[in-house]
Amino acid sequence: MKLPSVEYEAPATVAEAVGLLAEHQDEASVLAGGQSLIPLLALRLARPAVLVDINGVAELSGISQANGSQANGSQANGSLAIGATTREYMAEESAQVAQAVPLLAAALPLIGHEAIRNRGTIGGSLAHADPAAELPAVARALDAEFVVRSAAETRVIAAADWFEGYLATARRPDELLTEVRFPMAPPGTGAAFEEVARRHGDFAIVGLAAQLTLNDGVISDARLAFSGVADVPVRARDAEDLLKGQRPSSELFAEAARAATAAIDPPADLHGSSEYRKKVAAALVRRGLKAATGNAQGTGNAHERQHS
Amino acid sequence: MDISVTVNGETRTRSVEARRTLADFLRDDLDLTGTHVGCEHGVCGACTVLVDGRAVRSCLMLAVQAAGREVTTVEGLAPDGALGPLQQAMADSHSFQCGFCTPGFVMQATAFLTDHPDAGEREIREALSGNICRCTGYQSIIDGVLLAAQRSRQA
Repeated sequence: MKLPSVEYEAPATVAEAVGLLAEHQDEASVLAGGQSLIPLLALRLARPAVLVDINGVAELSGISQANGSQANGSQANGSLAIGATTREYMAEESAQVAQAVPLLAAALPLIGHEAIRNRGTIGGSLAHADPAAELPAVARALDAEFVVRSAAETRVIAAADWFEGYLATARRPDELLTEVRFPMAPPGTGAAFEEVARRHGDFAIVGLAAQLTLNDGVISDARLAFSGVADVPVRARDAEDLLKGQRPSSELFAEAARAATAAIDPPADLHGSSEYRKKVAAALVRRGLKAATGNAQGTGNAHERQHS
Repeated sequence: MDISVTVNGETRTRSVEARRTLADFLRDDLDLTGTHVGCEHGVCGACTVLVDGRAVRSCLMLAVQAAGREVTTVEGLAPDGALGPLQQAMADSHSFQCGFCTPGFVMQATAFLTDHPDAGEREIREALSGNICRCTGYQSIIDGVLLAAQRSRQA
């Protein structure tokens, strides 16, 4: 369908953008890459009075490195700060992302199709918060941090608190997501994003973000998050705890797959029953951990060389 | 809103509503009906055009967002009426039946071959996986793009 009639604002700065959001509150929708919002408008699933188009806000696009500190937990190793309107293809082509956040690099090529990634943005996907999408699972697995700004204040929100429900986040109507900080992978880390979809580029029936860090052959850190099994991305903490301190093996990964899927109750729809999704999820855990281990062993030496 | 967009090398200025998609702008305001509109919500790929050299779905972009940018449509591939090399290779391979999806496939393949002139069948299939065709079964489309890639390497 044709888009409904809507007012249009194109601010040039974050200050102007948050001013518009303060004025229009939940009557406004923020337009970034538009690859989710424009279909919602076409299908009349969203009916904002005003579109606040942030594509012209230059300060929102870019990738930069932030140093870590002891104080900020998951980001102790430093983080890669990705501006909200950085397009997915830019992050996909970034050597910095490939090196510092391998899980993000693994997920990016699986988002939609090339023409979608040419417009779609990192912040847009995460603010849209589709639980079947790749980036929410990556952000949840890595404990990414979300920086939001309103006219009054700047808040930093943990990924665990960001995703509140289906297409719902902790962002208030007067706030703009400006940046997402992804913790940098420590040396010896390998990552994989696995998914099962009807066709290449479709939303996955189930997806899995997996990352392992190996220290002298022992798993020192494990991160697993599912997409498509609930109304938010789901972290598999029990499986992570079970993996830590162990040496990778197919028996261990099978055990982790059982632990990861014991706690989930995926939805049933025309693409698959709940039971089917659970089986897929277990297979993805085994597959993802194997791939992540291979990548950790492959990259471990290179990282150590670089850091020594 | 008044916007100026460079389309196939020519600057075009029109007044449009904010809700006008780039696809409708091209077809209805500029009479460039080579760009086809299928699903109108970003699923079928028929409306694919190039914006600043990159493939995008013109139904998922507002015309006002194209202001100041360079848009290439299927008309831009054959400015004098003679087919471009990709179009010729696809015609030689019988890549088209009803032709509705054709401009989207041609534009997506144009962007892809520019960046990946040495692409093989597997990469081409993946690159075109976001475009839907209901006639051909895709094989002849892939053949056409492969033929274009081969010819460009021999040239």
